[in-house]
Amino acid sequence: MKELKVLGPGCPRCNQLAAAVDMAARQLGIEYELTKVTDIGEITGFGVMLTPALVIDGEVAFQGKVPTPDELKEIIG
Amino acid sequence: MNWRTEWRPLALIALVFSALYFLPAGLLPDWGAAGEALKLAQWYAREHVLTCLIPAFLIAGAIAVFVSKASVMRYLGAGAGKAVAYSVAAVSGSILAVCSCTVLPLFAGIYRMGAGLGPACAFLYSGPAINVLAIILTARVLGAQLGVARAVGAVVFSVVIGLAMHLIFRREEQAKAAAQAALPQPETARPLWQTALYFAAMVAVLVFVNWADPGAGAAQFWAAMFSYKWLLTAIAAAALGIILLLWFGLKWWKILLIAGHTVMLLYVIGTSPYLAFVAAELIFVVALLRSGGELREWLRESWTLTRQIMPLLFIGVLAAGLLLGQPGGRGLIPPEWIATCVGGNGLGANLFAAVVGALMYFATLTEVPILEGLLANGMGQGPALALLLAGPALSLPNMLVIAGVLGWKKTGVFVALVVTMATISGLIYGSIIG
Repeated sequence: MKELKVLGPGCPRCNQLAAAVDMAARQLGIEYELTKVTDIGEITGFGVMLTPALVIDGEVAFQGKVPTPDELKEIIG
Repeated sequence: MNWRTEWRPLALIALVFSALYFLPAGLLPDWGAAGEALKLAQWYAREHVLTCLIPAFLIAGAIAVFVSKASVMRYLGAGAGKAVAYSVAAVSGSILAVCSCTVLPLFAGIYRMGAGLGPACAFLYSGPAINVLAIILTARVLGAQLGVARAVGAVVFSVVIGLAMHLIFRREEQAKAAAQAALPQPETARPLWQTALYFAAMVAVLVFVNWADPGAGAAQFWAAMFSYKWLLTAIAAAALGIILLLWFGLKWWKILLIAGHTVMLLYVIGTSPYLAFVAAELIFVVALLRSGGELREWLRESWTLTRQIMPLLFIGVLAAGLLLGQPGGRGLIPPEWIATCVGGNGLGANLFAAVVGALMYFATLTEVPILEGLLANGMGQGPALALLLAGPALSLPNMLVIAGVLGWKKTGVFVALVVTMATISGLIYGSIIG
């Protein structure tokens, strides 16, 4: 079970990333739980300054970009 | 880009745009203020979208893809030297804040995990104001003078505000958050000078194609530049093509296709340079779409920004037209009111503009049509700058978020500083320009 968190204050690119992550995880067929973190204090708590960012099981995978679907599958898988 | 979800917004934007662009002005219904709104929207569609906004969106998208943010963020970290941190914070908004929604997390990050309160406030003030899209559209619609004043004013006064915040609150240096800033990995695909030349070529195309007729009696140099604008645009575009071919992997036949079409339109069919430019622009966008990797990524970022900002700008233009009328027209708000509140360049007018700007929420770029309407109705140049400086940096909703990060006391002082600095810049600019 992977815990996926998309960090971002709710801008279009953050929603774009959340949708892309959801799709990539589903295509990989893994068990996962996706949550969106929109609180600025919580976002900086992860050490993230550039949004959108992806946190996998508590670790920041990347920040400040929306990767392509293929890249995302590699990062999550 | 995922076509199955993206074709709807694209088709809708294209449809609204072509309707406004091609409808003869005489056929626009004459509905008083509502008619004014349509006329203003048509003026934007015809004058600003193809030669200014589309290239500007491409430049903004390119910044998002090709400029390494990590290399900039190093200078805003906890260990950065103070002088460096302030100067980088003051100018980095143009690179880091392409999308307005990234400003607040960056601000919170710089404050809690990075260089501290002063640089964070400097960034918060200048970031939204020196966004490339905002500067380009301000210069194009409101004049180069106001565009430059906006950029310079934002950068200079952001340092003043940052230093003031630091001095006022130097005793309560807050405990740094436990979290260490996780800096993004720098991705260096090519040397800096190549990226710099690439941006220079793009900006050159944008500047030359938008070179305005300086009018009779202007200095010879400006008039000469205007008469050669299409030649200069073509040279800049050719340079951009060569750069993309050599360092960015754009296929040579795509560049030949664009160049060939342009030459054919100009010399065989004999269209105007303007039409040839628009055609080249469209073929270029399709060429990017049919490319892979970075180039496609570039188009995707540009499109994301376009889809996000164009509808808001359209609504902003309609609202400005409805309330204030197109230049020379009359909207719902009587011009006398505007002249009373923000006419001239006095202290009252500048202060009023700064306070209103600080409280009101402007969606990205919408401050431009609104200000254009206000200026046409008798607003002074000084108050216009005051509004431009206080407007995008602050609004009631983002004050709440800032207060959540800084606490109400610091937020109150920051807002007071912003209003004061915007008023002072307005007074200075107004007295210079008259």
